[in-house]
Amino acid sequence: MQCELCKTRTATVHLTEIVDGQRTESHLCQNCAQKEGITIKNQLSLNELLSSLIAAHQESDEQSGTESQISCPVCGITMEMFRKQALLGCPKDYEVFEKSLRLIIEKAHDGNLTHKGKTPGGVPLTAPEIATDEQAEVKNENKSDSTGSLQAEELKKLLEKAVCDEDYELAAKLRDQLKALEQ
Amino acid sequence: MRLNELSSRLSQWFSPEAPLSDIVISSRVRLARNVAGHKFISRCNEAEKRKILEMLKETILSLNESAQGWLTPLGDIFFIDIEHGSGLERDLLIERQLISRNLAAGKGPRGVVIAKNELFAAQINEEDHLRLAVFAAGLNLDKCWGRINDIDDAIGKKVKYAFSPRLGFLTACPTNLGTGIRVSVMLHLPGLKMTDQLKKLFEAAKDMNLAVRGLFGEGTEAVGDFFQVSNQVTLGISEEKTVEDFMTLIIPKIVEYERLARDRLLVKDTNILDDRISRAMAVLKNAKIISSHEAMFLLSNLRMGINMGRVKEISINTINELFLLTQPAHLQINKGQNLDAEQRDILRAETLRAKLN
Repeated sequence: MQCELCKTRTATVHLTEIVDGQRTESHLCQNCAQKEGITIKNQLSLNELLSSLIAAHQESDEQSGTESQISCPVCGITMEMFRKQALLGCPKDYEVFEKSLRLIIEKAHDGNLTHKGKTPGGVPLTAPEIATDEQAEVKNENKSDSTGSLQAEELKKLLEKAVCDEDYELAAKLRDQLKALEQ
Repeated sequence: MRLNELSSRLSQWFSPEAPLSDIVISSRVRLARNVAGHKFISRCNEAEKRKILEMLKETILSLNESAQGWLTPLGDIFFIDIEHGSGLERDLLIERQLISRNLAAGKGPRGVVIAKNELFAAQINEEDHLRLAVFAAGLNLDKCWGRINDIDDAIGKKVKYAFSPRLGFLTACPTNLGTGIRVSVMLHLPGLKMTDQLKKLFEAAKDMNLAVRGLFGEGTEAVGDFFQVSNQVTLGISEEKTVEDFMTLIIPKIVEYERLARDRLLVKDTNILDDRISRAMAVLKNAKIISSHEAMFLLSNLRMGINMGRVKEISINTINELFLLTQPAHLQINKGQNLDAEQRDILRAETLRAKLN
């Protein structure tokens, strides 16, 4: 693809801008992009994110690598045995092989990882225990300290998911929110 | 209750009075459950399987007592031992959709508790410790869900299920994790088949995370244009939402397409349509030897003819009955003896002639 401005060099910078829901695309070469004041760094956050995602996957592969060495202390199955027959050996396997199963579960259930629906016997889940005043205070302090980083973590997660789902419009919004938060 | 009491009559879920029953034959909701503190079936030894079987069997058989507060009673329920049952009995239960091939082919202590009216079946020691199922004629999934939810609550109060607040009900296969619900609808879609639109349906279903498979045949190749559509996602979607999507979106849409296809056939291809129906009738009324595959295919065409008003002298009930009566295990149990394939083909043709002439 040719650069839209100089029409000589190959376009290597592909810019998609969404302003008020209007989507515009431009394809520029490195030089023209710099002239236009588009610093590569700025626009790379999505790419960076993608590579961090891939790294995260590799990491989880490595971690599941350690999982593939172990067998469940309750039923004795290994991940390899599970892969062969597609059946787990006991409820504990969901904890023992949590990381390896995560991708499988996500894939089977349209990206979902958390249960929504009924509980055994129609009994609602017990509410978390009410903390004593002192404990509650400590918790509150911790909370106020970590609110900022928590939000950032949350946003990052949402952003990862948006990229995974290829919902770039949402991703761009989240990226801007993240940036604002970091400043 | 003896199995030949089942084999001589029609399943209640084959009723022509139910909603949309010209196209939607029946609805089914099943739940997969496991008992906490036990391994899943594939890692259980015989003794452990027997313990689970006895406990679940007793719990479910005692359900009639708790059922008093329910809108409609469960009716008579009884246990059938699959481990010691004959191959023919197992096949009969498969043909009546009461047990899976998986349960029939399994090993060790296992069985099924069924309601005499055949609207409830609880398979024990199938892939999971417990597979509950409730059936209804036509499009009636909300009714099935209400009923099975009651039954599940009643069992859940006596048995501790393997459950995690984060992942929901824990199942042997991660594909059932969460609600463990499988909502299925049996559809008769000859119109879409004749107008060559089934592929479109399959593709749309795939996009919506639905499974479509042929009903009476093996694999996806359907014999007689009967299909079963079911959900695949069980984690992150509540039972009510799953049922609602089927009741209000998915199935009404498929029914609408089937009706459009039938209307188009009536306008554009009346001759082809009538020819197909008449040939089906001629063969079914006169054949001396007929395979189950051919019978199913022709009965499907005849069923379409009746539902489209092209055949008046035969009732839809007769056809529904014949779908069951002409299957291999039904033929043999009703005859009271084992028959080889050739003998079955002769008896099948006899049965069809007797009912249709």
